[in-house]
Amino acid sequence: MTVAVPILPSQQLAVLNDAYRKAIARKRLRLTAATAVFFAALVIAAIGAEVNLRTFFTYFGNFISYFDRILTLEDGTRVWTNVGEWFWGWRKWLWMLGETILISYVGTLFGAVLAFALNFFAAQNTSPAPWLRFLVRRLLEFARTVPGIVFALIFVIAFGLGPMAGVLAIAIHSTGALGKLFSEIVENADMKPVEGVRSTGASWLSCMRFALLPQVAAGYASYALLRFEINVREASVMGFVGAGGIGQELVVAIRKFYYSDVSAILLTIIVTVFVIDIGTGWVRGRLFGKDAWA
Amino acid sequence: MTQLPAADLDGLWVRYPGVFHRPASARLATPAMIVCALGIFIFGLVDLDFSPARLIAGLHQLGWITLMMIPPDPGSSLPAYLVALGETLSIALLGTTIAAIFALPVSLLAAKNIVPSNIFRFPVRRFLDTIRGVDTLIWALVWINVVGLGPFAGVLAIAVADFGAFGKLFSEAIEAADKKQVEGIRASGGGALHEIRFGLMPQVLPVIAGQVLYFIESNTRSATIIGIVGAGGIGLQLAEQIRVLEWQKVSFLILMILVAVAAIDWISGKLRFAIIGRRAVA
Repeated sequence: MTVAVPILPSQQLAVLNDAYRKAIARKRLRLTAATAVFFAALVIAAIGAEVNLRTFFTYFGNFISYFDRILTLEDGTRVWTNVGEWFWGWRKWLWMLGETILISYVGTLFGAVLAFALNFFAAQNTSPAPWLRFLVRRLLEFARTVPGIVFALIFVIAFGLGPMAGVLAIAIHSTGALGKLFSEIVENADMKPVEGVRSTGASWLSCMRFALLPQVAAGYASYALLRFEINVREASVMGFVGAGGIGQELVVAIRKFYYSDVSAILLTIIVTVFVIDIGTGWVRGRLFGKDAWA
Repeated sequence: MTQLPAADLDGLWVRYPGVFHRPASARLATPAMIVCALGIFIFGLVDLDFSPARLIAGLHQLGWITLMMIPPDPGSSLPAYLVALGETLSIALLGTTIAAIFALPVSLLAAKNIVPSNIFRFPVRRFLDTIRGVDTLIWALVWINVVGLGPFAGVLAIAVADFGAFGKLFSEAIEAADKKQVEGIRASGGGALHEIRFGLMPQVLPVIAGQVLYFIESNTRSATIIGIVGAGGIGLQLAEQIRVLEWQKVSFLILMILVAVAAIDWISGKLRFAIIGRRAVA
């Protein structure tokens, strides 16, 4: 069976085709202009960043062979043929790794407590006064935007070399990040229980403790665990500026070309980060059910 | 006033034993966890050399440093700082773009609806995970060994680190794409590449563009710090000025970073809004 498809008279069709072409042309023009702007920005960026393709191609072999070198022991054999030799410093590295995890743990806890203390002032629905809210928010924003390692650089000078500077840097950065997330949870909380408690004549503090806290505690714990995970990565590079942890060992190994050490330490860090990712995921699943905040 | 009937306490006890007699394990779980957490915390404080004396001395020093920072003053090196800031922005833009270009084909290999075979997908995913497990600063150190000190090492570091992140994010975007359009292309006689180009890409590209913009934004922050290990940009200046204790310059540099990050946030927010509309802004 054939079906006749009605075709518009050519005059009408020409008008429609014309409009269609114009619309497409406009879209194409916009796309081309955007692409051109983007490429111009890229070229400027390439000049600004001193991109040198010749160096890149000359030395790209080095990048590949770098991985070859870090996977080779000093006697020329592959690292996995002699694990004892590869991980010769495992006692020290494990110790440093423990320190790294401890730094992120203490830093996260400090940060979470501070964020907890500040977040009720930053949330719109619970803040006692607008000026206080403004102040606390700016403070949190500052703590969040300045990178943790910059704080670490400054703290190393103020508190001396060592893990203490790392802990405080992580604590401040976590305060900023968690304070924002916590206050968002509070803003999403149900205010009716608060009204109920207030109607009994309770103070602001009691309102927060008995009406709001039970609603938000699970979300807080979940975010704090997530932050702990992020902080372990962060703590692993704190040693670069002398703020404790395994980063110290790594930077020495990279700078002094102790190739097999580099791969051993990197592997330790990667495995630890994996294990902690999985571990905190499991804990969050246990604590808050499968649909805990991703 | 009606008298409420007295509660049948004994009956309640019998009916809801679970409410009145919670097992010891349930009652003790929370306090035990808190004690445990506090124990580790205190052990950490001792092990990491926290002492009140050190803390007070440090805070005193920190207060002193803060006082020295006011007012922020670039001295005579403002042009150098602006150049460094430009370098940082260049590193972020270029690094993210390179990462996105290389990650797109790889992410196709890691997506379930393109490569159904688990055997091929698994190594690609683990490879991306491994790259992501290494911090940008570490990649910067590696690249400095390869191409020497300078911003180019920073670009490559950000490109490699983001390659891992993009590979994962893009493949998730591709997996979330609607299958019907791909089937439509196949029904009209398109090949596998046609399916990807005309069925998949129009759905996925706006999502990817949004993610790339977001990463340019967050990489501005990363690019400020990779200078600390010598990979160019404003971090190099910052680390130097901190080392020579020029606190007024330090505070000026920090302010510059804050302003730059805020400006990029604003611009990329607008652009994302323009590309994918309201839903992507949140």
